[in-house]
Amino acid sequence: MKAIYKNELKSYFTSMTGYIFVGFMLLFAGIYTLAICLKSGFPSFEYVLSNMSFCFFIIVPVITMKVLSEEKRQKTDQLLYSLPISTTDVILGKYFALLTVLAVPLVIMAFYPVILSAYGTIYFPTAYGALIGFFFMGAAFLAIGLFISSVTESQMIAAGLCFVVLLLNYFISELTSVISSAAYVSFMIVMIVAVLAGVVIYLMTKNLFASFLIGGVLVVAAALTYYAKASLYEGLVKKVMSSVSLFDRFYTFVSGSFNLTEIVFFISVCVLFIFLSVQSLEKRRWS
Amino acid sequence: MIEVSHLTKRYGDHEAVKDISFTVEKGRIYGFLGPNGAGKSTTMNIITGCLSATEGNVTINGHDIFEEPKEAKRSIGYLPEQPPVYLEETIEEYLRFVAGAKKIPKKEIQDEVERVMEATKTTIFRNRLIKNLSKGYRQRVGIAQALLGDPEVIILDEPTVGLDPMQIIEIRDLIHGLKDDHTVILSSHILSEVQEICQVIIMIAHGKLIACDTPENLQRQFAGDMKVEITAETGEAEVKALLEDLPDIDSVKFEVLEDGRTKAVITTPLLQPEQLTRAVFQTFANAGIPLLELKTVQSDLEDIFIELTNQADEEYAREEERRSAAL
Repeated sequence: MKAIYKNELKSYFTSMTGYIFVGFMLLFAGIYTLAICLKSGFPSFEYVLSNMSFCFFIIVPVITMKVLSEEKRQKTDQLLYSLPISTTDVILGKYFALLTVLAVPLVIMAFYPVILSAYGTIYFPTAYGALIGFFFMGAAFLAIGLFISSVTESQMIAAGLCFVVLLLNYFISELTSVISSAAYVSFMIVMIVAVLAGVVIYLMTKNLFASFLIGGVLVVAAALTYYAKASLYEGLVKKVMSSVSLFDRFYTFVSGSFNLTEIVFFISVCVLFIFLSVQSLEKRRWS
Repeated sequence: MIEVSHLTKRYGDHEAVKDISFTVEKGRIYGFLGPNGAGKSTTMNIITGCLSATEGNVTINGHDIFEEPKEAKRSIGYLPEQPPVYLEETIEEYLRFVAGAKKIPKKEIQDEVERVMEATKTTIFRNRLIKNLSKGYRQRVGIAQALLGDPEVIILDEPTVGLDPMQIIEIRDLIHGLKDDHTVILSSHILSEVQEICQVIIMIAHGKLIACDTPENLQRQFAGDMKVEITAETGEAEVKALLEDLPDIDSVKFEVLEDGRTKAVITTPLLQPEQLTRAVFQTFANAGIPLLELKTVQSDLEDIFIELTNQADEEYAREEERRSAAL
């Protein structure tokens, strides 16, 4: 794992990507600090972080797009498979390298509140609490990007897909207001998701029986619960949608509360997508 | 050393490797020979743990590649078909990375990297980015990577592809030098190459193992009868009459050439046909007929290879037919 980590980290800083990532973050951190804290005189560094959180859906795709897709395209994944290291080591090595790159601008930004405190009263707990939340949110996005990179061979597709996923996540809480909370609407959406799950399983396994079985079981289960207790479906999709919004969870840090639940949620997202990346890399050996 | 038993790899309906079994012993060079698309790379990828098998297993030094991959992979150095190099790194950086990943102790990494660069003659380009190297040098870096850590088994998938003749000779010498304390498996679709450096030839076609033996044994087993070819300055009838009385002849094929010459191909059951060639010479000399040509012919490995592949081709075609008939 250490060898992969070192090699990966070096690759970010011998090519442009690492510098683009750090530079882009620092540029927007600078702009918003100037605008919010210095010009408008708000003593809250957390607003800076909240405003610049959109940075993620531009730089996360840039830095994660080639992490695994390029290995496959250049056939260097064969080296990784034949080395005496496990797939988990490979993924973790790469992921920790990504986290290190993310940490670089955040460590620099950690000095901003201290500098600002020379000109006014900064409440440090909320500023640093938000910074920690910002790091964990970024870590979750990087895990998502890593996974997306593992499913394709093309950097461009990985970047595009990652961008769309992050963008959807950004707007998902706004989208919820469009959806009616009536039970039958949620029910329809759950049915569509069940059918889609069957299709995805078919695309991944090419096993018609298994995909029909799983899709069918989900559809039947959804239908039965709807007839048994329709009230369960009221506002269900809204609830699910707003709970997966990573940005919304970060805003609780901005509003001044350091909520461990949110940290646990971010870590769970990281673990889930790292697990999926390992599986996706393992799957390549089986197909 | 390496035991491959009943290995099968299926991609959907297509069987890329069908029930291959063989054993690799220590200290020898094995050659994987087969036409393109025969399943050589697939088999090598499975042996090195890059690909899973549908059925069967592979053990390396007693460690199953699927059950104990780390232990098994520690004794393997592998060069895949396309050298797995990072284009944005220099040779030295790349080799250091691989050495680290192979868990070579930190103190030994420098010496080990120097050693393999020396062995593959890449030391002069150590600080050059791999993307700026020619195909031949990338191939060498790939081999250097496989040699790192001095693994007992070195598996090379078409190591000489894309190299110029000088480089091919150098790489062959390098492989030859490995044989004393390593086991080497290399694949190739060029027979002469395998014949020259390998002590055991494993022939595969259409995913099936068709032969696994030393070149000498293969020759003995498949070469068939010896043949004596003569060209005499006379008509077919006379040659026929002269040959009729000679012993040790199975059959004769005649061919009438221009200027009244006749060519005859004599098949003999003798393993050492000198006895026959002597008799032929004497007979024709006594009859006063000049022999323009007299030579013995034995089918070489090339013929055996072609014949065995053709057999496999036919079998494959028959199987396909049966399958489509069954559908």
